[in-house]
Amino acid sequence: MPRRKRMRKVVAPPGFKGYRPYGNRVRRKKQVDLLYEEYEAIKLTDYDLMNHQEASELMGVSRATFARVYESARRKIASALVETREIRSVFGNAWLDKSWYVCNACHSRFTIPATLIHQTCPICKSKQTNLISDT
Amino acid sequence: MKTIISSTGNDIKSQFDLRFGRAGWFCLLDEETGKTRFIKNAHQDEPHGAGTRASETVIELGATKIISGDFGPKAKELLDKFNIQMVIIPDDSHTIADIIHKIK
Repeated sequence: MPRRKRMRKVVAPPGFKGYRPYGNRVRRKKQVDLLYEEYEAIKLTDYDLMNHQEASELMGVSRATFARVYESARRKIASALVETREIRSVFGNAWLDKSWYVCNACHSRFTIPATLIHQTCPICKSKQTNLISDT
Repeated sequence: MKTIISSTGNDIKSQFDLRFGRAGWFCLLDEETGKTRFIKNAHQDEPHGAGTRASETVIELGATKIISGDFGPKAKELLDKFNIQMVIIPDDSHTIADIIHKIK
């Protein structure tokens, strides 16, 4: 039995179902499946401009695994562009994380359960908090 | 309000543990009285399911907040269900006493 795949933490899923090339005459080819974690890897490195170490820690995988996910993502996007294929976003090995907040004063991260109303940081009581997926 | 802090040792001078399921000890802090109690993590060396077991321990102790370095997906799911607040401090240079002092 192969070693199980660690789940990759994805803060926010992609906001699209897919991308389709237009203006090409060729008949439709098989689409490329871009996994959620691959989208997240591209977002963290090329949009949020993090280095692989920081990004891998955020996604809960090792730096090497992160590099593999990122490389696979780049190759998929490149092949879609060159071969004019459609890109589709597929769930993959991800677990979605929408509930974490970050405190801008002390950089601790925390959840706010439904039983709590106030949105202050539990460590430093600062009100400067954001949902991680918003930052 | 009771708070759990993951700890490497059993007194307030010991280092904060970044792991939750595999922390050596749990420090139970009563925020009203300021009293602390240390509970040994019996499932520290479990081959799997340490996070789940640790979450069960915390739920039994009646804590409403946990401070640790990270939470696995299983622990998080369980703790979310019981409305327990999870707090991540990404830095292990603190002792338990520092953290207690900070949250006061």
